[in-house]
Amino acid sequence: MIAVRDHRDKAAFSRLFDHFAPRLKGFVMRNGTSAAQAEEIVQDVMLTLWRKAHMFDPHRAQVSAWVYQIVRNRQIDVARKENRPMPEALKEEPDAEPDASQILAIEQETGQLRAALQKLRPEQREVIEQAYLGELTHQEISTKTGLPLGTIKSRIRLGLQRLRHELKDLSE
Amino acid sequence: MTAISHHIPEPMLAAYAAGNLPHAFSLVVATHISICAECRAVVEAHEAVGGVVVEDSGAVAVSASMKADLLSLLDDPIPEAPVYARSGPYPGPVVEALKGREPRWKKLGMGVRQDILAEDKHGSVRLLYIPPGQAVPDHGHNGLELTLVLQGSFTDETGFFGVGDVEVADETLEHTPIAGAGDACICLAATDARLKFNAFVPRMLQPIFRI
Repeated sequence: MIAVRDHRDKAAFSRLFDHFAPRLKGFVMRNGTSAAQAEEIVQDVMLTLWRKAHMFDPHRAQVSAWVYQIVRNRQIDVARKENRPMPEALKEEPDAEPDASQILAIEQETGQLRAALQKLRPEQREVIEQAYLGELTHQEISTKTGLPLGTIKSRIRLGLQRLRHELKDLSE
Repeated sequence: MTAISHHIPEPMLAAYAAGNLPHAFSLVVATHISICAECRAVVEAHEAVGGVVVEDSGAVAVSASMKADLLSLLDDPIPEAPVYARSGPYPGPVVEALKGREPRWKKLGMGVRQDILAEDKHGSVRLLYIPPGQAVPDHGHNGLELTLVLQGSFTDETGFFGVGDVEVADETLEHTPIAGAGDACICLAATDARLKFNAFVPRMLQPIFRI
């Protein structure tokens, strides 16, 4: 992703495509979207990834988190014909040196999140996935996902401290 | 700026990250996380979970022609999208909802003014302008109301709300917000239902003002 962002590297983009496009298609089709429409959405998402690569900040997110945000935006645009309001972009200092330990920490914490999700019982995991597919209201998230969310919450919390610190640095 | 002490409940931030919060509330969340690093971190953490769900979704093969089409688009000029920057007390998402214009204030009486930014069957979101020291009539709520302070402050039965603070009000809260001294209080307020005013006159005016 960094090669795509900093060097507009098409070969690297092609590898990103090979990794994410089939997973995105699977993700989009889970709510009953047809294969043809799913491909259109995946194409839009991957094009956005290429065009907005300069917005990607590995100190704050893994590529998958960013891809998730883009695909949900696209799905909302398609379903409701309106844009989801998005927060102001945070700008990285142009001459800031990449902080390898921060990037690694985000990577590790996402890995731990993934492990925590995989340890959930299937029915718990199902509820969590429903929530992130955008199928639960905020009321349902607080009532239905209470238990499994509590389990992965400690993992989210761990990542938060660091993320929060990073965001504060950026917004100051 | 004083520290933000009233935040958005986590289930709402999670629903926002998942893209399943009504539009009116989403605008309040997007605006709040533009100025609140803490809630923004919560949203981004939930996006990380969403990213894991994408990673672990069963792969479905995509057609080779789609990839070829996509690669052929990479050198096309990037269409320019307008960027709505913060303007005065209004963070970017509010400026975007205003489409870059200044608020068009409509009088509500007693110096209180509003500009309805969006309204649909799931609710509405508006800017409210309350002169310093002015009270908003005592009212209850049929549904849920989120009020984010953009300028000035207000106080009600539950506490003090300064810039960046969000009050979450539901059926159980009946309150009389009073704007603080100093700058006029400007809020971004979203509801999923009409407000209930307790005095007769405001109730009579409700259909006119659509609140």
